[in-house]
Amino acid sequence: MVPALETHDLTVSYHKRPVLYGVDVEIPQGSLVGIVGPNGAGKSTLIKSIMGVVPSAGGWVKVFGKPLKENLHRVGYVPQRESVDWDFPVTVMDVALMGTYGKLGLFGRPGKKERLRASEALDKVGMLPYSNRQIGNLSGGQQQRVFLARALAQDSDLYLMDEPFVGVDAATEAAIVTLLQEMRKSGKTVLVVHHDLQSASEYFDRLILLNMRLVAYGKVEDVYNNELLQKTYGGRLTILSEVADQAAKM
Amino acid sequence: MMETLIEYITRPWDILGWGALWLILMAFLVALPCGQVGSFLILRRMALTGDAISHSVFPGVVIAFMFTGDLGSPWLIVGAGLAGLASTVIIELIHKWTRVKQDAATGISFTALFALGVVLMEVMLGQNVDLDLECVLHGRLGLLLEADTMDLLGLLVPSPVVVMAGVSACTLLLVTVFYRVLMLSSFDAGLAASYGYKPALIHYGLMFTVSFIVVAAFQAVGAILVIALLILPGASAYLCTHRLKIMLVLAAVHALLSAIGGMYLHVWFDSNMSASVVVSGGVLFVLAWLLGPVDGVLWRWMKDDLVEDPN
Repeated sequence: MVPALETHDLTVSYHKRPVLYGVDVEIPQGSLVGIVGPNGAGKSTLIKSIMGVVPSAGGWVKVFGKPLKENLHRVGYVPQRESVDWDFPVTVMDVALMGTYGKLGLFGRPGKKERLRASEALDKVGMLPYSNRQIGNLSGGQQQRVFLARALAQDSDLYLMDEPFVGVDAATEAAIVTLLQEMRKSGKTVLVVHHDLQSASEYFDRLILLNMRLVAYGKVEDVYNNELLQKTYGGRLTILSEVADQAAKM
Repeated sequence: MMETLIEYITRPWDILGWGALWLILMAFLVALPCGQVGSFLILRRMALTGDAISHSVFPGVVIAFMFTGDLGSPWLIVGAGLAGLASTVIIELIHKWTRVKQDAATGISFTALFALGVVLMEVMLGQNVDLDLECVLHGRLGLLLEADTMDLLGLLVPSPVVVMAGVSACTLLLVTVFYRVLMLSSFDAGLAASYGYKPALIHYGLMFTVSFIVVAAFQAVGAILVIALLILPGASAYLCTHRLKIMLVLAAVHALLSAIGGMYLHVWFDSNMSASVVVSGGVLFVLAWLLGPVDGVLWRWMKDDLVEDPN
């Protein structure tokens, strides 16, 4: 089976200073992958450059064996919740419908089919009763659920999610994890930028350890160890090394 | 008492006759397209960029005027449109290549270009030209009734009204056709880019449209007051609704009400018509702020003791 995502020597620079060098990963279909690393490690940059939202300075990306452009409709992107203005005059339903825009092209208008897909997606994350609410009147967890509903409405095969667990309540976090696992079961491939090292080993089956370079990539049991985590976080934070120690003992 | 009130209301129509209607229509047709693109500028947090464009079209007009010597020439619109785009490009260049941030870059770009226009006008054109600073700043909407007229199906329509009607129609068409593109790219540029929308193209397309509208509105309301027409309708509408479509409709309503209010102020106080339109637009904004149905101060104050159900 052709890998869901392949990057080769992916390099990104801001103002001529490289922030991500030579990342090579090959992600098989149906895997749930966490991207972890310290602040400024380039986690968000990695998925943004895969999506082409941030231009890459070198290397290439293939999605289901083809350049991204040819398979754009098979990829769903979930930006950070903080990246949008939640005072924007749109309702929960409007946001979910945005998930269907990709397949509509520039001028198509969402019809019955799209509305149904958006409603189903909202129902899956428990946000259907809030369809007509303005998005500013939602809690952080609810906002994140709306973003996930929008991703589900995209009906993609590969998802790239930027910090979906930031600022959400415990119930939403659990709901998101269940949803991610359901998605994997139905054959979707999901990459998630994640900030919490401790839960990373429970939530995902593969990990990308990133610190401007790819430190390690593989199955959780192969890469979640003291040595590699130290290497990723540079041993700067003692609390992290404790976590790593615990992990090593497990 | 009642009679005086009625006298006030009918006075413009007694004095100007059809002219009152033309003034309202013209002010509305200027404010309408400004309010539509302005709504998107507000949502994209680019209100200051609208400001920048409205100022920087001035040197474009002056330069084009130097070559053509005719204030009615279509080259003025081209020159102004290019100058407007140039200012946004300059903002981007400063922002990208220096450590100066976007807001400061905007401030530099439009003031410098506007000043360049003033200097060019005085140096190159001398004093005895038909392009006076007063008009550039405040417009001459009030002189509409002295403008040339065009015969449309037997009706004599002032030609600026015809021009602005065309501009309004183009703007409404563009906003309708690109509605979803504008909405998505304004709300979530990242997702829009992931769909293959070109953010730079949308940005410059919007900027060019703003330049075009500003130039068309320029002669009517001047460079300063046009900023108000770009921002006031959208900002007032924004306070009254949580739906983008309704916001655009309300911005149009705001434009119409400002035009009507402006015409009355103009006649009652013999004030500058363009400024009067902006003053009534400002009053409407305050009303929206106080009485807006969504989060107007009044309703919030009345609902103060009700605690919203967290679910």
